[in-house]
Amino acid sequence: MEKDKVPQDEGITAGITREVQYAVDENGNYVKTFSKGWEAKNIVNSIAWDLINERVEMADEKIRKGKASPIMHFMEKHQMNISILADYAEIPRWKVWWHLKPKGFKKIKQHYLNAYSKVFEVSIDEIIHFVPNK
Amino acid sequence: MELNTKLDFQHIPAGHCENGVISSLLKYHGLELSEAMIFGIGSGLFFAYMPFVKVNGVPTASFRPVPGMIFTRAAKRLGIKMKKQTFRNQPKRAMEELDRTLAQGLPVGIQGGVYHLSYFPPAYRFHFNAHNLTVFGKEGNTYFISDPVMEYSTTLTYDEMIKVRFAKGAFPPNGRMYYPISIPEKIDLPSAIKKGIKQTAEYMLTIPIPLFGVKGIRYLAGRLRKWPKRLGPKKAAIYLAQVVRMLEEIGTGGAGFRFIYAAFLQEAAIVLQNPKFDDLSKEMTMIGDMWRKFSSQAAQTCKGRSADPDGYNTAANLLLEIADEEEKIFKKLRKLID
Repeated sequence: MEKDKVPQDEGITAGITREVQYAVDENGNYVKTFSKGWEAKNIVNSIAWDLINERVEMADEKIRKGKASPIMHFMEKHQMNISILADYAEIPRWKVWWHLKPKGFKKIKQHYLNAYSKVFEVSIDEIIHFVPNK
Repeated sequence: MELNTKLDFQHIPAGHCENGVISSLLKYHGLELSEAMIFGIGSGLFFAYMPFVKVNGVPTASFRPVPGMIFTRAAKRLGIKMKKQTFRNQPKRAMEELDRTLAQGLPVGIQGGVYHLSYFPPAYRFHFNAHNLTVFGKEGNTYFISDPVMEYSTTLTYDEMIKVRFAKGAFPPNGRMYYPISIPEKIDLPSAIKKGIKQTAEYMLTIPIPLFGVKGIRYLAGRLRKWPKRLGPKKAAIYLAQVVRMLEEIGTGGAGFRFIYAAFLQEAAIVLQNPKFDDLSKEMTMIGDMWRKFSSQAAQTCKGRSADPDGYNTAANLLLEIADEEEKIFKKLRKLID
């Protein structure tokens, strides 16, 4: 790729940083140049985020129907699954699985709530009283 | 420990984090080797498509060897000794050791999770744990950070640093830190370059499993062609987008490291005093341009989320062309260093 053809489409890194792109200058020598972004990258990144947001939506739907506990909302929002959440909260996987059920959440012990609140960086109240939008 | 130090460390933005950190650490210790040179010597270019290795349920193509590998190979071929430490479940000790090393006047390479990097563009904050950055000082509660994929140097607080170093999920860093402890006075660069090229060529051409190297690219082409029919338009778009992300998203220098490799071949031509490497650098640039064309075409196909198999067929055909070109260039490279 020639240096003057390096795309400069603003997008996901706007206002924060520019990325290094290797390109050939007018003398045929490789140089490191900066790129503000590229349309193709913006598209595929947004597809990844659509997927995350959809999963949060699905979790919220389950919570509204009384099929999941608020923990699921925060878990999906933080792009986690049971195993990553269990690792962060230092809670056994089967217990996390149980806490994701409304039944398991009802009887949840305080120290588990503390652990989740630390991982999700929200107060315990925000978890307990979480109500999905809509 | 009360530490007030900011080392005279030059922040050098790079295409890829792992090579960028090593290159700038070595520079600090008086050895100037470009990121591209480290990448080439460490046999950084690769291709793998293992449909059973999934990230969030989406299979992932890889354009480089597993994290840490480039680094290990480059250090070995250059005769550089690194101190590497991990601190499983010992965050306090990990932080003390970092401070202690900084206090000795040594910048430290850190493996960490991207999810907790407060200075990162939010769009890039996924649970990816094989990121690398350099710590070059501390003042009060703040660490000075040189993250190669950022344009400027930046900072992290003590608490953020613990989270970054003890991120969870795939490839947990467990507080991994590293720095060079011995660099030989004389380095046999031509030999290191040849070894690097030889391994890259072998790995791209001869692994007898069809998921790796040139064969892997062809295998991906075959799978990709069937995605819209097998998975439906939505999932197919997600799968295809993932391939493009691995090619272009943060830290490949563009086109899945192919441009960095072309830059390496250009440098190799000078060191080995052989203009043929220059010609191959130009060919590699052309291959990089083909990958960019693939990315662009694939992204447009994803965007429409149409079930139209045409977009997928075009993308697959581009991959087959790329595979042919990569097979040719690595055969030439293999011959050239023999």
